Amino acid sequence: MEKKHSSHQFRSNTLPALVMVGPVALLLVLLVAVPLVYVAVMSFCTTDEYYNVVFKFSLANYGKLLSPDYIKIYGQSILIAFITTLLCILIAYPFSYIIARTKSKRKQLFYMLVIIPFWTNSLIRVYGWRTFLGTNGWLNNALQALHITTEPLDFLYNQGTTVLGMVYCLIPFMILPLYTAIEKLDGSLLEASSDLGAKPVKTFFEVILPLTASGIFSGSIMVFIPCLGYFFVSNILGGGNSDVIGNLIERQFKSGNNWPLGAALSIILILVTLLLVKIYKKLGGDMDSLGV
Amino acid sequence: MKRKNKKAFHGIFNVAFCGLVYLFLFLPISVIVVNSFNATTSKPYLSWKGFTFDWYVELWSNTSLLSAFGNTMIIALVSTILATIIGTLGAVGMYKYKFKGKGILNSLLYIPVVIPEIVLGISLLTIFSNVNIPRGMLTLILSHVTFCVPFVIFNVRARLDGYDNSIEEASMDLGANRIVTFFQVTLPVLAPGIGGGALLAFTLSIDDVIISYFVNGQTKTYPLKVMESIKSGVSPDVNALSTIILIGTIVLVVLTQSNLLKKKKEE
Repeated sequence: MEKKHSSHQFRSNTLPALVMVGPVALLLVLLVAVPLVYVAVMSFCTTDEYYNVVFKFSLANYGKLLSPDYIKIYGQSILIAFITTLLCILIAYPFSYIIARTKSKRKQLFYMLVIIPFWTNSLIRVYGWRTFLGTNGWLNNALQALHITTEPLDFLYNQGTTVLGMVYCLIPFMILPLYTAIEKLDGSLLEASSDLGAKPVKTFFEVILPLTASGIFSGSIMVFIPCLGYFFVSNILGGGNSDVIGNLIERQFKSGNNWPLGAALSIILILVTLLLVKIYKKLGGDMDSLGV
Repeated sequence: MKRKNKKAFHGIFNVAFCGLVYLFLFLPISVIVVNSFNATTSKPYLSWKGFTFDWYVELWSNTSLLSAFGNTMIIALVSTILATIIGTLGAVGMYKYKFKGKGILNSLLYIPVVIPEIVLGISLLTIFSNVNIPRGMLTLILSHVTFCVPFVIFNVRARLDGYDNSIEEASMDLGANRIVTFFQVTLPVLAPGIGGGALLAFTLSIDDVIISYFVNGQTKTYPLKVMESIKSGVSPDVNALSTIILIGTIVLVVLTQSNLLKKKKEE
Protein backbone atom coordinates (compact mmCIF):
# COMPACT_ATOMS: atom_id res chain seq x y z
CA MET A 1 0.00 0.00 0.00
CA GLU A 2 2.75 2.37 0.99
CA LYS A 3 4.78 1.58 -2.09
CA LYS A 4 1.86 2.34 -4.35
CA HIS A 5 1.39 5.65 -2.69
CA SER A 6 4.97 6.75 -3.17
CA SER A 7 5.14 5.61 -6.77
CA HIS A 8 2.13 7.80 -7.48
CA GLN A 9 3.80 10.87 -6.18
CA PHE A 10 6.57 10.44 -8.69
CA ARG A 11 4.18 10.45 -11.61
CA SER A 12 3.45 14.02 -12.54
CA ASN A 13 -0.09 14.50 -13.75
CA THR A 14 0.32 17.79 -15.60
CA LEU A 15 1.38 16.43 -18.97
CA PRO A 16 -1.17 13.58 -19.21
CA ALA A 17 -3.93 15.89 -18.05
CA LEU A 18 -2.95 18.41 -20.71
CA VAL A 19 -2.80 15.81 -23.47
CA MET A 20 -6.20 14.39 -22.56
CA VAL A 21 -8.19 17.45 -21.63
CA GLY A 22 -6.36 19.99 -23.81
CA PRO A 23 -8.06 19.20 -27.13
CA VAL A 24 -11.60 19.24 -25.77
CA ALA A 25 -10.91 22.39 -23.75
CA LEU A 26 -9.48 24.13 -26.81
CA LEU A 27 -12.45 23.06 -28.91
CA LEU A 28 -15.06 24.17 -26.42
CA VAL A 29 -13.41 27.49 -25.71
CA LEU A 30 -12.71 28.41 -29.34
CA LEU A 31 -15.86 27.03 -30.94
CA VAL A 32 -18.47 27.36 -28.19
CA ALA A 33 -17.50 29.97 -25.60
CA VAL A 34 -15.82 32.55 -27.85
CA PRO A 35 -18.51 32.42 -30.57
CA LEU A 36 -21.28 32.87 -28.02
CA VAL A 37 -19.54 35.80 -26.40
CA TYR A 38 -19.02 37.23 -29.87
CA VAL A 39 -22.74 36.89 -30.60
CA ALA A 40 -23.50 38.69 -27.36
CA VAL A 41 -21.15 41.53 -28.35
CA MET A 42 -22.60 41.66 -31.84
CA SER A 43 -26.11 42.02 -30.45
CA PHE A 44 -25.09 45.51 -29.28
CA CYS A 45 -23.72 46.52 -32.70
CA THR A 46 -25.33 48.03 -35.79
CA THR A 47 -24.87 47.71 -39.54
CA ASP A 48 -23.89 50.21 -42.21
CA GLU A 49 -25.83 50.63 -45.45
CA TYR A 50 -23.95 47.67 -47.02
CA TYR A 51 -25.05 45.41 -44.17
CA ASN A 52 -21.55 45.25 -42.71
CA VAL A 53 -21.42 44.93 -38.96
CA VAL A 54 -20.36 48.20 -37.32
CA PHE A 55 -18.86 47.79 -33.86
CA LYS A 56 -20.43 50.74 -32.15
CA PHE A 57 -22.40 50.29 -28.96
CA SER A 58 -26.11 50.54 -29.52
CA LEU A 59 -29.26 49.26 -27.89
CA ALA A 60 -31.21 49.63 -31.12
CA ASN A 61 -31.50 45.87 -31.70
CA TYR A 62 -32.93 45.31 -28.25
CA GLY A 63 -35.41 48.08 -28.95
CA LYS A 64 -36.48 46.23 -32.09
CA LEU A 65 -36.96 43.03 -30.10
CA LEU A 66 -39.86 44.71 -28.37
CA SER A 67 -41.81 45.45 -31.54
CA PRO A 68 -45.35 44.03 -31.40
CA ASP A 69 -44.75 41.85 -34.48
CA TYR A 70 -41.86 40.13 -32.77
CA ILE A 71 -43.62 39.77 -29.45
CA LYS A 72 -46.47 38.03 -31.20
CA ILE A 73 -44.00 35.52 -32.67
CA TYR A 74 -42.37 34.86 -29.27
CA GLY A 75 -45.83 34.12 -27.95
CA GLN A 76 -46.82 31.75 -30.74
CA SER A 77 -43.37 30.17 -30.66
CA ILE A 78 -43.72 29.36 -26.97
CA LEU A 79 -47.27 28.16 -27.53
CA ILE A 80 -46.13 25.82 -30.32
CA ALA A 81 -43.27 24.53 -28.18
CA PHE A 82 -45.58 24.04 -25.20
CA ILE A 83 -48.24 22.13 -27.12
CA THR A 84 -45.55 20.07 -28.85
CA THR A 85 -44.00 19.12 -25.50
CA LEU A 86 -47.38 18.27 -24.01
CA LEU A 87 -48.35 16.09 -26.97
CA CYS A 88 -44.96 14.40 -26.88
CA ILE A 89 -45.48 13.50 -23.20
CA LEU A 90 -49.03 12.28 -23.77
CA ILE A 91 -48.01 10.06 -26.68
CA ALA A 92 -44.54 9.01 -25.54
CA TYR A 93 -45.39 8.11 -21.94
CA PRO A 94 -47.89 5.31 -22.53
CA PHE A 95 -45.95 4.18 -25.58
CA SER A 96 -42.64 3.98 -23.72
CA TYR A 97 -44.37 2.32 -20.80
CA ILE A 98 -45.79 -0.41 -22.97
CA ILE A 99 -42.58 -1.15 -24.87
CA ALA A 100 -40.29 -0.82 -21.84
CA ARG A 101 -42.33 -3.25 -19.73
CA THR A 102 -43.35 -5.72 -22.38
CA LYS A 103 -42.31 -9.30 -21.78
CA SER A 104 -42.15 -9.90 -25.50
CA LYS A 105 -38.96 -11.32 -26.97
CA ARG A 106 -39.09 -8.60 -29.60
CA LYS A 107 -38.55 -5.79 -27.12
CA GLN A 108 -35.22 -4.88 -28.72
CA LEU A 109 -36.94 -4.69 -32.09
CA PHE A 110 -39.68 -2.40 -30.75
CA TYR A 111 -36.98 -0.07 -29.45
CA MET A 112 -35.05 -0.10 -32.73
CA LEU A 113 -38.23 0.66 -34.67
CA VAL A 114 -38.40 3.99 -32.84
CA ILE A 115 -34.89 4.90 -33.89
CA ILE A 116 -34.84 3.67 -37.50
CA PRO A 117 -37.02 6.48 -38.95
CA PHE A 118 -34.52 8.98 -37.60
CA TRP A 119 -31.80 7.66 -39.83
CA THR A 120 -33.63 9.10 -42.77
CA ASN A 121 -32.99 12.78 -43.23
CA SER A 122 -35.38 14.83 -41.10
CA LEU A 123 -36.14 17.39 -43.82
CA ILE A 124 -37.28 14.80 -46.27
CA ARG A 125 -39.46 13.14 -43.63
CA VAL A 126 -41.12 16.46 -42.84
CA TYR A 127 -41.59 16.92 -46.57
CA GLY A 128 -43.17 13.46 -46.56
CA TRP A 129 -45.89 14.87 -44.30
CA ARG A 130 -46.46 17.67 -46.77
CA THR A 131 -46.86 15.14 -49.55
CA PHE A 132 -49.24 13.10 -47.43
CA LEU A 133 -51.41 16.00 -46.32
CA GLY A 134 -51.32 18.18 -49.44
CA THR A 135 -54.39 18.95 -51.57
CA ASN A 136 -53.16 16.34 -54.03
CA GLY A 137 -51.82 14.11 -51.27
CA TRP A 138 -52.57 10.60 -50.12
CA LEU A 139 -55.02 11.60 -47.43
CA ASN A 140 -57.15 13.79 -49.69
CA ASN A 141 -57.06 11.20 -52.46
CA ALA A 142 -58.17 8.53 -50.02
CA LEU A 143 -60.96 10.68 -48.59
CA GLN A 144 -62.24 11.45 -52.07
CA ALA A 145 -61.94 7.87 -53.25
CA LEU A 146 -63.99 6.78 -50.25
CA HIS A 147 -66.52 9.54 -51.04
CA ILE A 148 -66.11 11.06 -47.63
CA THR A 149 -65.24 14.39 -49.18
CA THR A 150 -65.88 15.72 -52.66
CA GLU A 151 -63.19 18.36 -52.77
CA PRO A 152 -59.62 18.34 -51.47
CA LEU A 153 -59.38 19.73 -47.95
CA ASP A 154 -56.73 22.18 -46.84
CA PHE A 155 -54.87 20.37 -44.09
CA LEU A 156 -51.58 22.13 -44.55
CA TYR A 157 -49.95 25.41 -43.67
CA ASN A 158 -51.28 26.22 -40.23
CA GLN A 159 -50.10 26.03 -36.65
CA GLY A 160 -51.56 22.55 -36.35
CA THR A 161 -49.37 21.11 -39.09
CA THR A 162 -46.35 22.91 -37.65
CA VAL A 163 -47.02 21.26 -34.29
CA LEU A 164 -47.45 17.93 -36.08
CA GLY A 165 -44.04 18.34 -37.73
CA MET A 166 -42.41 19.37 -34.45
CA VAL A 167 -43.91 16.42 -32.56
CA TYR A 168 -42.77 14.16 -35.36
CA CYS A 169 -39.18 15.44 -35.33
CA LEU A 170 -38.78 15.63 -31.58
CA ILE A 171 -40.76 12.73 -30.11
CA PRO A 172 -37.79 10.32 -29.98
CA PHE A 173 -36.14 12.74 -27.55
CA MET A 174 -39.12 12.15 -25.27
CA ILE A 175 -39.45 8.41 -25.88
CA LEU A 176 -35.81 7.53 -25.22
CA PRO A 177 -35.39 9.09 -21.74
CA LEU A 178 -38.84 7.85 -20.73
CA TYR A 179 -38.00 4.37 -21.92
CA THR A 180 -34.81 4.42 -19.87
CA ALA A 181 -36.60 5.71 -16.74
CA ILE A 182 -39.49 3.25 -17.04
CA GLU A 183 -37.25 0.29 -17.72
CA LYS A 184 -35.40 1.00 -14.48
CA LEU A 185 -38.67 0.82 -12.51
CA ASP A 186 -38.58 -2.00 -10.02
CA GLY A 187 -41.57 -4.23 -10.71
CA SER A 188 -41.75 -5.34 -7.09
CA LEU A 189 -42.56 -1.78 -6.02
CA LEU A 190 -45.64 -1.82 -8.22
CA GLU A 191 -46.68 -5.18 -6.80
CA ALA A 192 -46.10 -3.93 -3.28
CA SER A 193 -48.27 -0.92 -3.97
CA SER A 194 -51.15 -3.01 -5.30
CA ASP A 195 -50.72 -5.64 -2.56
CA LEU A 196 -51.11 -2.87 -0.03
CA GLY A 197 -54.43 -2.08 -1.62
CA ALA A 198 -53.62 0.88 -3.83
CA LYS A 199 -55.77 1.21 -6.94
CA PRO A 200 -53.87 1.34 -10.26
CA VAL A 201 -54.54 5.07 -10.56
CA LYS A 202 -53.08 5.68 -7.13
CA THR A 203 -50.10 3.45 -7.85
CA PHE A 204 -49.50 5.42 -11.02
CA PHE A 205 -49.61 8.85 -9.43
CA GLU A 206 -47.84 7.98 -6.20
CA VAL A 207 -45.30 5.40 -7.28
CA ILE A 208 -44.77 5.22 -11.02
CA LEU A 209 -44.97 8.88 -11.93
CA PRO A 210 -42.58 10.19 -9.26
CA LEU A 211 -40.05 7.49 -10.14
CA THR A 212 -40.16 8.29 -13.84
CA ALA A 213 -40.47 12.06 -13.55
CA SER A 214 -36.77 12.45 -14.38
CA GLY A 215 -37.48 11.05 -17.84
CA ILE A 216 -40.33 13.52 -18.36
CA PHE A 217 -38.14 16.42 -17.28
CA SER A 218 -35.18 15.62 -19.49
CA GLY A 219 -37.48 14.75 -22.38
CA SER A 220 -39.29 18.06 -22.00
CA ILE A 221 -36.04 20.02 -22.08
CA MET A 222 -34.91 18.18 -25.19
CA VAL A 223 -38.26 18.82 -26.93
CA PHE A 224 -39.21 22.31 -25.81
CA ILE A 225 -35.93 24.11 -26.48
CA PRO A 226 -35.20 22.82 -30.01
CA CYS A 227 -38.81 23.55 -30.92
CA LEU A 228 -38.15 27.29 -30.56
CA GLY A 229 -35.40 27.05 -33.17
CA TYR A 230 -36.66 24.51 -35.73
CA PHE A 231 -37.29 26.99 -38.50
CA PHE A 232 -37.35 24.37 -41.24
CA VAL A 233 -40.45 22.66 -39.83
CA SER A 234 -42.54 25.82 -39.98
CA ASN A 235 -40.98 26.65 -43.37
CA ILE A 236 -42.16 23.35 -44.83
CA LEU A 237 -45.44 22.76 -43.00
CA GLY A 238 -46.42 26.07 -41.46
CA GLY A 239 -48.53 28.91 -42.73
CA GLY A 240 -48.50 32.58 -41.88
CA ASN A 241 -49.02 32.09 -38.16
CA SER A 242 -46.51 29.40 -37.38
CA ASP A 243 -43.13 31.11 -37.37
CA VAL A 244 -40.95 30.32 -34.39
CA ILE A 245 -38.08 32.41 -33.04
CA GLY A 246 -35.73 30.33 -35.23
CA ASN A 247 -37.43 31.72 -38.35
CA LEU A 248 -36.72 35.28 -37.22
CA ILE A 249 -33.06 34.50 -36.61
CA GLU A 250 -32.67 32.61 -39.87
CA ARG A 251 -34.09 35.52 -41.83
CA GLN A 252 -31.66 38.02 -40.28
CA PHE A 253 -28.66 35.84 -41.05
CA LYS A 254 -29.74 34.86 -44.56
CA SER A 255 -32.07 37.10 -46.55
CA GLY A 256 -32.35 40.02 -44.10
CA ASN A 257 -28.61 40.31 -43.64
CA ASN A 258 -28.87 42.12 -40.33
CA TRP A 259 -26.54 39.99 -38.23
CA PRO A 260 -26.61 42.20 -35.10
CA LEU A 261 -30.41 41.98 -34.96
CA GLY A 262 -30.18 38.22 -35.51
CA ALA A 263 -27.65 38.07 -32.70
CA ALA A 264 -29.98 39.93 -30.35
CA LEU A 265 -32.79 37.52 -31.23
CA SER A 266 -30.43 34.63 -30.44
CA ILE A 267 -29.83 36.12 -27.02
CA ILE A 268 -33.52 35.54 -26.28
CA LEU A 269 -33.10 31.86 -27.08
CA ILE A 270 -29.97 31.66 -24.95
CA LEU A 271 -31.79 33.25 -22.00
CA VAL A 272 -34.79 30.93 -22.37
CA THR A 273 -32.42 27.95 -22.49
CA LEU A 274 -30.56 29.09 -19.36
CA LEU A 275 -33.83 29.61 -17.52
CA LEU A 276 -35.20 26.19 -18.43
CA VAL A 277 -31.94 24.43 -17.59
CA LYS A 278 -31.96 26.17 -14.23
CA ILE A 279 -35.49 24.94 -13.53
CA TYR A 280 -34.51 21.49 -14.72
CA LYS A 281 -31.57 21.37 -12.32
CA LYS A 282 -33.71 22.68 -9.49
CA LEU A 283 -36.12 19.81 -10.08
CA GLY A 284 -33.19 17.47 -9.58
CA GLY A 285 -32.45 16.85 -13.25
CA ASP A 286 -29.14 15.31 -14.21
CA MET A 287 -27.39 17.22 -16.99
CA ASP A 288 -25.51 14.18 -18.29
CA SER A 289 -28.72 12.31 -18.98
CA LEU A 290 -29.61 14.92 -21.61
CA GLY A 291 -26.90 13.68 -23.90
CA VAL A 292 -27.04 9.91 -23.68
CA MET B 1 -63.36 -14.14 -15.57
CA LYS B 2 -63.97 -10.46 -15.41
CA ARG B 3 -60.33 -9.92 -14.67
CA LYS B 4 -59.29 -11.94 -17.68
CA ASN B 5 -61.48 -9.85 -19.97
CA LYS B 6 -59.95 -6.74 -18.58
CA LYS B 7 -56.48 -8.04 -19.28
CA ALA B 8 -57.37 -8.95 -22.84
CA PHE B 9 -58.79 -5.48 -23.33
CA HIS B 10 -55.55 -4.00 -22.01
CA GLY B 11 -53.59 -6.12 -24.43
CA ILE B 12 -55.65 -5.02 -27.40
CA PHE B 13 -55.47 -1.40 -26.33
CA ASN B 14 -51.67 -1.60 -25.95
CA VAL B 15 -51.17 -3.15 -29.36
CA ALA B 16 -53.50 -0.65 -31.01
CA PHE B 17 -51.90 2.33 -29.33
CA CYS B 18 -48.34 1.29 -30.18
CA GLY B 19 -49.43 0.43 -33.69
CA LEU B 20 -50.75 3.95 -34.15
CA VAL B 21 -47.51 5.46 -32.86
CA TYR B 22 -45.46 3.32 -35.24
CA LEU B 23 -47.81 4.30 -38.06
CA PHE B 24 -47.17 7.93 -37.18
CA LEU B 25 -43.40 7.36 -37.17
CA PHE B 26 -43.30 5.43 -40.44
CA LEU B 27 -45.97 7.20 -42.48
CA PRO B 28 -43.73 9.91 -44.01
CA ILE B 29 -41.09 7.29 -44.71
CA SER B 30 -43.53 5.19 -46.66
CA VAL B 31 -44.39 8.33 -48.66
CA ILE B 32 -40.70 8.73 -49.51
CA VAL B 33 -40.28 5.10 -50.49
CA VAL B 34 -43.43 5.01 -52.62
CA ASN B 35 -42.57 8.27 -54.39
CA SER B 36 -39.13 6.96 -55.29
CA PHE B 37 -40.96 4.57 -57.64
CA ASN B 38 -43.23 7.26 -59.06
CA ALA B 39 -43.03 7.55 -62.85
CA THR B 40 -44.03 11.22 -62.85
CA THR B 41 -41.61 13.61 -64.52
CA SER B 42 -43.35 16.93 -63.91
CA LYS B 43 -42.77 19.14 -60.89
CA PRO B 44 -43.61 19.03 -58.00
CA TYR B 45 -43.57 15.26 -58.56
CA LEU B 46 -46.66 14.58 -56.49
CA SER B 47 -49.26 12.89 -58.67
CA TRP B 48 -48.85 9.17 -59.17
CA LYS B 49 -48.06 8.24 -62.77
CA GLY B 50 -47.22 4.58 -62.37
CA PHE B 51 -44.44 2.39 -61.09
CA THR B 52 -40.87 2.68 -62.32
CA PHE B 53 -37.29 1.93 -61.31
CA ASP B 54 -36.07 4.80 -63.52
CA TRP B 55 -35.20 7.11 -60.64
CA TYR B 56 -32.80 4.57 -59.22
CA VAL B 57 -31.00 4.64 -62.57
CA GLU B 58 -31.34 8.40 -62.98
CA LEU B 59 -29.78 8.87 -59.56
CA TRP B 60 -26.36 7.79 -60.80
CA SER B 61 -26.24 10.63 -63.31
CA ASN B 62 -27.28 13.26 -60.76
CA THR B 63 -23.70 14.19 -59.96
CA SER B 64 -24.49 17.16 -57.72
CA LEU B 65 -26.72 15.00 -55.51
CA LEU B 66 -24.15 12.22 -55.36
CA SER B 67 -21.30 14.59 -54.56
CA ALA B 68 -23.44 16.17 -51.82
CA PHE B 69 -24.00 12.70 -50.40
CA GLY B 70 -20.26 12.04 -50.68
CA ASN B 71 -19.58 15.25 -48.74
CA THR B 72 -22.01 14.18 -46.04
CA MET B 73 -20.26 10.83 -45.66
CA ILE B 74 -16.79 12.41 -45.57
CA ILE B 75 -17.88 15.01 -43.02
CA ALA B 76 -19.63 12.39 -40.90
CA LEU B 77 -16.69 9.98 -40.93
CA VAL B 78 -14.02 12.59 -40.25
CA SER B 79 -16.06 14.38 -37.55
CA THR B 80 -17.01 11.10 -35.89
CA ILE B 81 -13.40 9.96 -35.73
CA LEU B 82 -12.17 13.33 -34.43
CA ALA B 83 -15.05 13.73 -31.97
CA THR B 84 -14.56 10.18 -30.69
CA ILE B 85 -10.84 10.69 -30.09
CA ILE B 86 -11.20 14.14 -28.52
CA GLY B 87 -14.24 13.09 -26.51
CA THR B 88 -12.80 9.84 -25.19
CA LEU B 89 -9.53 11.48 -24.13
CA GLY B 90 -11.47 14.36 -22.59
CA ALA B 91 -13.89 12.14 -20.69
CA VAL B 92 -11.11 10.03 -19.19
CA GLY B 93 -8.96 13.08 -18.47
CA MET B 94 -11.79 14.91 -16.76
CA TYR B 95 -12.58 11.82 -14.74
CA LYS B 96 -9.03 11.19 -13.57
CA TYR B 97 -7.45 14.55 -13.07
CA LYS B 98 -8.16 17.62 -11.06
CA PHE B 99 -7.33 20.87 -12.76
CA LYS B 100 -8.26 24.53 -12.75
CA GLY B 101 -11.35 25.43 -14.74
CA LYS B 102 -12.78 21.91 -14.67
CA GLY B 103 -16.17 23.21 -13.59
CA ILE B 104 -16.26 25.74 -16.41
CA LEU B 105 -15.22 23.11 -18.93
CA ASN B 106 -18.00 20.89 -17.66
CA SER B 107 -20.60 23.63 -18.12
CA LEU B 108 -19.32 24.43 -21.60
CA LEU B 109 -19.90 20.79 -22.46
CA TYR B 110 -23.62 21.09 -21.92
CA ILE B 111 -24.06 24.10 -24.16
CA PRO B 112 -24.03 22.33 -27.56
CA VAL B 113 -26.46 19.75 -26.18
CA VAL B 114 -29.13 22.07 -24.80
CA ILE B 115 -28.83 25.23 -26.82
CA PRO B 116 -31.00 25.44 -29.96
CA GLU B 117 -28.93 24.36 -32.94
CA ILE B 118 -29.64 27.59 -34.73
CA VAL B 119 -27.82 29.57 -32.03
CA LEU B 120 -24.77 27.33 -32.31
CA GLY B 121 -24.97 27.62 -36.09
CA ILE B 122 -25.07 31.41 -36.24
CA SER B 123 -22.42 31.80 -33.52
CA LEU B 124 -20.05 29.57 -35.51
CA LEU B 125 -20.90 31.47 -38.69
CA THR B 126 -20.10 34.84 -37.11
CA ILE B 127 -16.79 33.64 -35.67
CA PHE B 128 -15.72 31.91 -38.91
CA SER B 129 -16.48 35.03 -40.88
CA ASN B 130 -14.71 37.22 -38.32
CA VAL B 131 -11.46 35.29 -38.51
CA ASN B 132 -11.86 34.81 -42.27
CA ILE B 133 -11.88 31.04 -42.40
CA PRO B 134 -13.31 30.24 -45.83
CA ARG B 135 -16.56 28.38 -45.33
CA GLY B 136 -16.67 24.87 -46.72
CA MET B 137 -15.56 21.38 -45.76
CA LEU B 138 -13.24 22.65 -43.03
CA THR B 139 -15.84 24.76 -41.25
CA LEU B 140 -18.44 22.01 -41.65
CA ILE B 141 -16.13 19.45 -40.05
CA LEU B 142 -15.10 21.82 -37.23
CA SER B 143 -18.77 22.55 -36.49
CA HIS B 144 -19.81 18.91 -36.57
CA VAL B 145 -16.97 17.93 -34.24
CA THR B 146 -18.12 20.69 -31.89
CA PHE B 147 -21.68 19.45 -31.53
CA CYS B 148 -20.68 15.77 -31.50
CA VAL B 149 -17.98 15.85 -28.81
CA PRO B 150 -20.30 16.33 -25.80
CA PHE B 151 -22.39 13.31 -26.81
CA VAL B 152 -19.27 11.16 -26.98
CA ILE B 153 -18.15 12.43 -23.59
CA PHE B 154 -21.50 11.71 -21.91
CA ASN B 155 -21.57 8.19 -23.31
CA VAL B 156 -18.00 7.46 -22.22
CA ARG B 157 -18.70 9.02 -18.83
CA ALA B 158 -21.68 6.74 -18.30
CA ARG B 159 -19.21 3.84 -18.59
CA LEU B 160 -16.71 5.53 -16.30
CA ASP B 161 -19.29 5.71 -13.53
CA GLY B 162 -18.71 2.15 -12.54
CA TYR B 163 -15.06 2.21 -13.48
CA ASP B 164 -12.58 0.65 -11.11
CA ASN B 165 -9.45 2.78 -10.96
CA SER B 166 -7.46 0.05 -9.30
CA ILE B 167 -7.13 -1.95 -12.51
CA GLU B 168 -5.11 0.89 -13.99
CA GLU B 169 -2.98 1.09 -10.90
CA ALA B 170 -2.43 -2.65 -11.08
CA SER B 171 -1.35 -2.33 -14.70
CA MET B 172 1.12 0.42 -13.89
CA ASP B 173 2.42 -1.38 -10.81
CA LEU B 174 3.06 -4.36 -13.05
CA GLY B 175 5.30 -2.15 -15.12
CA ALA B 176 3.12 -0.91 -17.97
CA ASN B 177 3.49 2.77 -18.73
CA ARG B 178 0.59 5.21 -19.03
CA ILE B 179 0.16 4.84 -22.78
CA VAL B 180 0.17 1.06 -22.75
CA THR B 181 -2.23 1.11 -19.81
CA PHE B 182 -4.57 3.49 -21.61
CA PHE B 183 -4.74 1.37 -24.75
CA GLN B 184 -4.73 -2.06 -23.15
CA VAL B 185 -6.64 -1.54 -19.94
CA THR B 186 -8.71 1.65 -20.04
CA LEU B 187 -9.95 1.59 -23.63
CA PRO B 188 -11.29 -1.99 -23.67
CA VAL B 189 -13.38 -1.27 -20.56
CA LEU B 190 -14.78 1.92 -22.07
CA ALA B 191 -15.34 0.43 -25.53
CA PRO B 192 -19.15 0.13 -25.35
CA GLY B 193 -19.47 3.76 -24.28
CA ILE B 194 -17.06 4.89 -26.98
CA GLY B 195 -18.93 2.86 -29.58
CA GLY B 196 -22.30 4.24 -28.48
CA GLY B 197 -20.95 7.79 -28.52
CA ALA B 198 -19.41 7.34 -31.97
CA LEU B 199 -22.64 5.93 -33.37
CA LEU B 200 -24.60 8.84 -31.95
CA ALA B 201 -22.06 11.32 -33.34
CA PHE B 202 -22.31 9.74 -36.78
CA THR B 203 -26.11 9.81 -36.70
CA LEU B 204 -26.18 13.45 -35.62
CA SER B 205 -23.67 14.43 -38.27
CA ILE B 206 -25.34 12.82 -41.29
CA ASP B 207 -28.72 14.29 -40.36
CA ASP B 208 -27.57 17.78 -39.43
CA VAL B 209 -29.37 20.50 -41.34
CA ILE B 210 -29.47 23.59 -39.18
CA ILE B 211 -25.82 24.06 -38.24
CA SER B 212 -24.56 23.03 -41.68
CA TYR B 213 -26.99 25.49 -43.27
CA PHE B 214 -25.09 28.39 -41.69
CA VAL B 215 -21.47 27.27 -42.02
CA ASN B 216 -21.42 25.47 -45.39
CA GLY B 217 -20.40 28.27 -47.79
CA GLN B 218 -20.67 26.75 -51.28
CA THR B 219 -20.26 23.16 -50.11
CA LYS B 220 -23.48 21.17 -50.24
CA THR B 221 -24.28 18.27 -47.98
CA TYR B 222 -27.04 15.80 -48.66
CA PRO B 223 -29.49 17.37 -46.16
CA LEU B 224 -28.77 20.81 -47.60
CA LYS B 225 -29.39 19.46 -51.08
CA VAL B 226 -32.75 18.18 -49.86
CA MET B 227 -33.50 21.59 -48.38
CA GLU B 228 -32.72 23.22 -51.70
CA SER B 229 -34.90 20.79 -53.63
CA ILE B 230 -37.88 21.26 -51.32
CA LYS B 231 -38.59 24.66 -52.83
CA SER B 232 -39.31 23.21 -56.25
CA GLY B 233 -40.62 19.85 -55.06
CA VAL B 234 -38.39 16.98 -54.00
CA SER B 235 -37.58 15.00 -57.12
CA PRO B 236 -38.00 11.23 -57.00
CA ASP B 237 -34.27 10.59 -57.33
CA VAL B 238 -33.77 12.30 -53.96
CA ASN B 239 -36.43 9.91 -52.64
CA ALA B 240 -34.59 7.05 -54.29
CA LEU B 241 -31.34 7.97 -52.57
CA SER B 242 -33.15 8.30 -49.23
CA THR B 243 -34.68 4.88 -49.73
CA ILE B 244 -31.28 3.36 -50.45
CA ILE B 245 -29.86 5.02 -47.32
CA LEU B 246 -32.79 3.74 -45.26
CA ILE B 247 -32.40 0.18 -46.48
CA GLY B 248 -28.64 0.42 -45.97
CA THR B 249 -29.03 1.46 -42.34
CA ILE B 250 -31.65 -1.20 -41.65
CA VAL B 251 -29.38 -3.88 -43.08
CA LEU B 252 -26.54 -2.53 -40.97
CA VAL B 253 -28.68 -2.59 -37.84
CA VAL B 254 -29.97 -6.10 -38.47
CA LEU B 255 -26.42 -7.34 -39.03
CA THR B 256 -24.99 -5.73 -35.90
CA GLN B 257 -28.01 -6.70 -33.80
CA SER B 258 -27.88 -10.34 -34.85
CA ASN B 259 -24.14 -10.30 -34.18
CA LEU B 260 -24.77 -8.95 -30.70
CA LEU B 261 -27.45 -11.55 -30.10
CA LYS B 262 -25.06 -14.30 -31.19
CA LYS B 263 -22.40 -13.02 -28.84
CA LYS B 264 -24.91 -12.90 -26.00
CA LYS B 265 -25.94 -16.48 -26.67
CA GLU B 266 -22.32 -17.62 -26.74
CA GLU B 267 -21.75 -16.00 -23.39
